[in-house]
Amino acid sequence: MNTVRQLDRVVIRFAGDSGDGMQLTGDRFTAETAKLGNDLSTLPNYPAEIRAPAGTLPGVSSFQIHFADTDILTPGDQPEVLIAMNPAALKANIRDLKPGGTIVVNTDEFTKRNLTKVGYDDNPLEDGSLDDYQVYPVALATLTIGALAEHEVSKKDAERSKNMFALGLVSWMYSRPTEATEDFLRGKFKAKPVIAEANIAALRAGWNYGETAEAFAVRFEIPPAKLAAGTYRNITGNTALAWGITASGVASGLPVFLGAYPITPASDILHELSKHKRFGVTTVQAEDEIAAVGAALGASWGGALGVTTSSGPGIALKSETISLAVSLELPLVVVDVQRAGPSTGMPTKTEQADLVMAMFGRHGEAPIAVLAPQSPSDCFDIMLEAARIALTYRTPVMVLSDGYIANGAEPWKLPELADLPDLSVEFATEPNAVDAKGEEIFLPFQRDPVTLARPWAVPGTPGLQHRIGGIEKADGTGDISYDPINHDHMVRTRAAKIAGVEVPDLEVDDPQGDANVLVLGWGSTWGPIGAAVRALREKGASIARAHLRYLNPMPRNTARVLEQYDKVVVPEMNLGQLALLLRGNFPGTEVVGYNKVRGLPFTSNELTDALEEVIKNG
Amino acid sequence: MADAVKLDAPKLKAKDFKSTQEVRWCPGCGDYAILAAVQSFLPELGLERENIAFVSGIGCSSRFPYYLNTYGIHSIHGRAPAIATGLAVSRPDLSVWVVTGDGDALSIGGNHLIHALRRNVNLKILLFNNRIYGLTKGQYSPTSEPGKLTKSSPMGSVDAPFNPLSLALGSEATFVARTLDSDRAHLHEVLRAAAEHEGSAFVEIYQNCPIFNDNAFEVLKNPETRDEAIIRLKDGEPIRFGDKAVVQSGYGLQVKDASEVDESEVVVHKADVEDPAYAFALSRLSGIALDHTPIGVFRSVKRPTYDKGVRTQVDEAAAGVDRKEALDRLLHGGDTWTVL
Repeated sequence: MNTVRQLDRVVIRFAGDSGDGMQLTGDRFTAETAKLGNDLSTLPNYPAEIRAPAGTLPGVSSFQIHFADTDILTPGDQPEVLIAMNPAALKANIRDLKPGGTIVVNTDEFTKRNLTKVGYDDNPLEDGSLDDYQVYPVALATLTIGALAEHEVSKKDAERSKNMFALGLVSWMYSRPTEATEDFLRGKFKAKPVIAEANIAALRAGWNYGETAEAFAVRFEIPPAKLAAGTYRNITGNTALAWGITASGVASGLPVFLGAYPITPASDILHELSKHKRFGVTTVQAEDEIAAVGAALGASWGGALGVTTSSGPGIALKSETISLAVSLELPLVVVDVQRAGPSTGMPTKTEQADLVMAMFGRHGEAPIAVLAPQSPSDCFDIMLEAARIALTYRTPVMVLSDGYIANGAEPWKLPELADLPDLSVEFATEPNAVDAKGEEIFLPFQRDPVTLARPWAVPGTPGLQHRIGGIEKADGTGDISYDPINHDHMVRTRAAKIAGVEVPDLEVDDPQGDANVLVLGWGSTWGPIGAAVRALREKGASIARAHLRYLNPMPRNTARVLEQYDKVVVPEMNLGQLALLLRGNFPGTEVVGYNKVRGLPFTSNELTDALEEVIKNG
Repeated sequence: MADAVKLDAPKLKAKDFKSTQEVRWCPGCGDYAILAAVQSFLPELGLERENIAFVSGIGCSSRFPYYLNTYGIHSIHGRAPAIATGLAVSRPDLSVWVVTGDGDALSIGGNHLIHALRRNVNLKILLFNNRIYGLTKGQYSPTSEPGKLTKSSPMGSVDAPFNPLSLALGSEATFVARTLDSDRAHLHEVLRAAAEHEGSAFVEIYQNCPIFNDNAFEVLKNPETRDEAIIRLKDGEPIRFGDKAVVQSGYGLQVKDASEVDESEVVVHKADVEDPAYAFALSRLSGIALDHTPIGVFRSVKRPTYDKGVRTQVDEAAAGVDRKEALDRLLHGGDTWTVL
């Protein structure tokens, strides 16, 4: 009889070769965990190469999940449990494992050859180097092949199901239900029912192995988290972003037009939106990044909500067209799922180093609105905001997600659709002025006095024919103008329009009200910063925190907030880009940067230490 | 929006398509003649002015939209086909035209041009080829002759030029034609054929730049040489010009003295030949020296258009869908759980 022990939280990492199906395994374990009502956060980590040489360190792919009976903010600093499918996965991940942690290891892959390939002189399973850990050696492949003896699948296909065996075993260990995964497998292998049944059998065999093998004396339960009432689902940032774009089309009543060129880690948004044609979403996979944004802008001119999605290198290519959109004053939503750069950099690794590019990476004075989601589920809300600003102010809006948010997952409390904002727009349909002769005319650059937005008169509207272009235009008429005073006026007007974009105030979390230090983040650092702040407060430290979702314009109260603190700590996965903006915009502020660019999110521990240091030094 | 473009437009005149902007090309520029021809042709479309959109890139030719009383967008260098693709895909009710030049379309925008053509987006692309960079004051272009002396090639250009029609045909273009700025009637005829074509129509218009490349096409215009140089393609008719005729030769076509060939050998022009090799061979009759230059419609074949294909998928998927309800189902689909 197994003992069941209650835990409040656990961090598990699945690691294997790129071909071992670790991402799928992690996704399914996540779905099971979400179904149980735990709060969770995930961190996939995989090489850019589709299939790096098998069994090598560069080929290791991993998936980490942190789940708990309370709300959590990060995928966890250190895993407590490691599932290692081969020696490379063990070697690449063992140093991250918590001392005393648990290792489930696939012994079948620990051959002399495989060990040598990753530089193990001796078998770590036998040389005592893992004595500090709780090691469960399991012949995963052998057991899986054995379990599938009665199935009409090749030995190779049977062996490939070993990830499901592992999933079944870990699901048993942590008391996760597997029915949804069985349904998932039936759907995934609809065309190959034999394979589906083999995978299901492997999954069940793994579960049963846990239950019967005496090695596993203890299984764990993590009760559901006490989250706010509502209906939840698990969601990744890229999916939430795609759904936010779809919802923006619904909320505005406009057709959505996505122009995109495949690029890691943004391609999933294109894939997801390609499935949403029923919402009137058109996706065009363009010949290049420039055409992608160009087509989106062309569609915007025609009255659609034009959207383009990419990552840093692609955004650089789109820069000229975004400037055109600034000059034309047409709505355009540009999504940058940031990755480690410059150039190809590390495409599957996260970074926040495109902020300054988003702000200034254009020619001429070309301000645009810049927003950044703070978590995977926030991507949904931020897209609605991006659409609101683009449509209201007739401007490009840049959304800065990143690889961590894009691929990470968390539970999302589903919004009530009745609460969807009304993003409907009024197209111009009538002349808006009278000329000297008393005749009604249309002035394409006659602005709304409040928003400074110009009228949006789409082709096909009778009597409002007009020409727009990248050449400077006379305010009002839109005619070509080289007049010096007009140009100065137009540059300042476009700047004033963006500066005047309505955004909500910055909320400050300062429960004691006596903090001297404010930690101010933006984007995906929200989770780790939150966890660090929580840890510090538990230790009795006083610290305030705020998080910028609106980078341009910044909330109106930002200056007032910053003034109240002696020091403002700004953790960023870059070398200090928000810090640069703060120092420029709020010169009196003492900004202390905390910067790392390792392609990985901050751990809450390192942030806790860094913040503590600042507080201590007054 | 309705797919049908044709409307019962009131009978418009050329002057109805003139905008209030002052036309600012150099005196003697071939663009004036093209603008006049386009303005006189547009009423034939039978469309209201608001249902016509002109998209251009950068260059002298790209100022074109400013001078037409339609919707127009003067965009950025080389990108007009991309912007026009977005518009044409989302707005089937519009007649979308791209105006471009040899630098704009073939150099900086080459990628967009070839992909628009391969996709067969319903765009009419007018490429004004003057074989020079005009707006930037006289550098050699991708259609300039080798050895050309310009500010950026003082010892002669070592670039090999594109043959724009060969390029278009290699890009799977379904409609390819060539005409001349100075031949109003022919220009008009080619514009009509292009407008009637469903899909991408690529029209190369030889256009004189009096400032930086004057008389580049003189051989096709001078009464003393033009009859020997111009091959006027007419569908269903044997290809003859001056005292010459076109016959098959090896893998392609060849010009021969008419007296040397039998009537049965003379190639009869058919623009609807599916095999692009024929139109390609036609495009190769004229070298950079313009010695035997076919004008007219080289190729006009039917192929499904990209924009319609895209719209059909969206329309089929979206038919009868209540979007708000569908969004609710999307959000609540899959694995969800409820916290009380």
